[in-house]
Amino acid sequence: MMKVEEKLFQNRYRVDADRPHIRIKNESVCNDGCVSRACVVCCPAGCWSFEEGKIGLITDGCLECGTCRVVCDTHGNVDWNYPRAGFGILFKFG
Amino acid sequence: MTQNIEKFDVIVVGAGPAGNAAAYTLAKAGKKVLQLERGEYPGSKNVQGAILYADALEKIIPDFRDSAPLERTVIEQRMWVMEDESYVGTTFRSDRFNQMPGNRYTIIRARFDKWFSEQVQKAGALVICEMTVIALLRDAAGKVIGVEVDREDGKIYADTVILADGVNSLVASRAGLREDIKPAAVALAVKETIFLPKETVEARFNLKGSEGVVIEMLGSISQGMAGTAFLYTNKDSISLGIGCMLSDMKAQNTTPAELLEKLKQHPSVAPLIAGGETREYAAHLIPEGGYHALPELYGEGWLLVGDSAGFVNAVHREGSNLAMTSGRLAAETLLELGEKGLPSTAANLARYKARLEDSIVLKDLKKYRNIPDTLHSQRQFLSDYPALLNGAAHEFFTVDGQDKATKEKAIFNAFRERRSLLGLLGDAYRLWRATR
Repeated sequence: MMKVEEKLFQNRYRVDADRPHIRIKNESVCNDGCVSRACVVCCPAGCWSFEEGKIGLITDGCLECGTCRVVCDTHGNVDWNYPRAGFGILFKFG
Repeated sequence: MTQNIEKFDVIVVGAGPAGNAAAYTLAKAGKKVLQLERGEYPGSKNVQGAILYADALEKIIPDFRDSAPLERTVIEQRMWVMEDESYVGTTFRSDRFNQMPGNRYTIIRARFDKWFSEQVQKAGALVICEMTVIALLRDAAGKVIGVEVDREDGKIYADTVILADGVNSLVASRAGLREDIKPAAVALAVKETIFLPKETVEARFNLKGSEGVVIEMLGSISQGMAGTAFLYTNKDSISLGIGCMLSDMKAQNTTPAELLEKLKQHPSVAPLIAGGETREYAAHLIPEGGYHALPELYGEGWLLVGDSAGFVNAVHREGSNLAMTSGRLAAETLLELGEKGLPSTAANLARYKARLEDSIVLKDLKKYRNIPDTLHSQRQFLSDYPALLNGAAHEFFTVDGQDKATKEKAIFNAFRERRSLLGLLGDAYRLWRATR
């Protein structure tokens, strides 16, 4: 089984260091108010994690699909933007 | 940019198939067009399977075959209904279909979109990359009069704004022109581009020259979710992907990456990609809500085209052709208004919707308007029937001393046990209803 990290390693990115384009509006909603945490399962790039009772988000490998925002429809807790122009994923094939 | 108060006839947001079709058609007719793209180059943010349907592009650039980067001409189409260790399939391969000019091609979007954008620029449009539209500008009456981009003094004005900013369409939803997409109206697809020597692709799929094969798959691979998978042959690579409705993905525990890994390991798929090297992993949302999920398509000074408008025919796996057609129709609507000296009011832009209704775009979406609901509520089509079909084939093709009448009875009983007689009749009716 090829891990998601190995898949992402094949991609080209221009990472906007220290400027994540997706933010969690209120972490306590994820940690205490959400049971499904569908973002963790559904994100195709594995950007979301839930460990030791805490939600985590690292957007470096983001494929800019929008899934995390859409699956968070009950809580609307994802502040989702595209990376700044020119940054983020650069598809070679698409 | 406010200093020189430059004003355009049309601003097109996004450089995918819909935006390129619109910008090309308008620029070719002499309109002053500005097209804005957030990616480093057109295509760098765009993802598709990808199949190009010739007809939609031919109506925009008749001689596209002379210069467009096409991978393979699709001459064979397979459909596989899968169980864990088998599939029952159909194959359509025809010399008539094989005759040039081709009806459909496999493409690699990053390359194709770059080419399309070059044609847009040659036609006279101003294309600016690495520029993200963050908001729409409106006048006191609420009419859209331009866009704001992520630069200082980033206000740019135009008579009409065409939003071709893709499935997420942040610009349109933030401006209140449409609601954000719902999990039940969108599929998440993941894909790998797997490289193999050209000769290997040709040998494995029985191809010569630029011939290509596509395989569409459904059944156990989507683990009970409403979804399909695909395998497309490119020149020296294979595009392999799987997509499922997001409302279904939400309700289970397999990640999209794992789903794709399981597809790669399916005994019918694994030998086709064996030895290949994955060079890219992509993901994309596909608006599959269909006719009933369509947003408002136009308003005062604005039009939605392509994925931003939700123009995808999930049954026939068509999207980019509907995108190009809607982009062209949006452009032709504006050209008609220009000729008649009419402004881009909502009342006048209603002609865009009339053109869509008279075209493949809304005719086909209307025909399949009940499919999304049927697949959401009637799971047997995606789980029970693929299993029953594969079981029936196994029974039918196993010569084991059992007489054929007993075999037929066993097959029939399996169907009846799983779905009941009334269920079977109901399913036939539901399928007929959903597709008429």
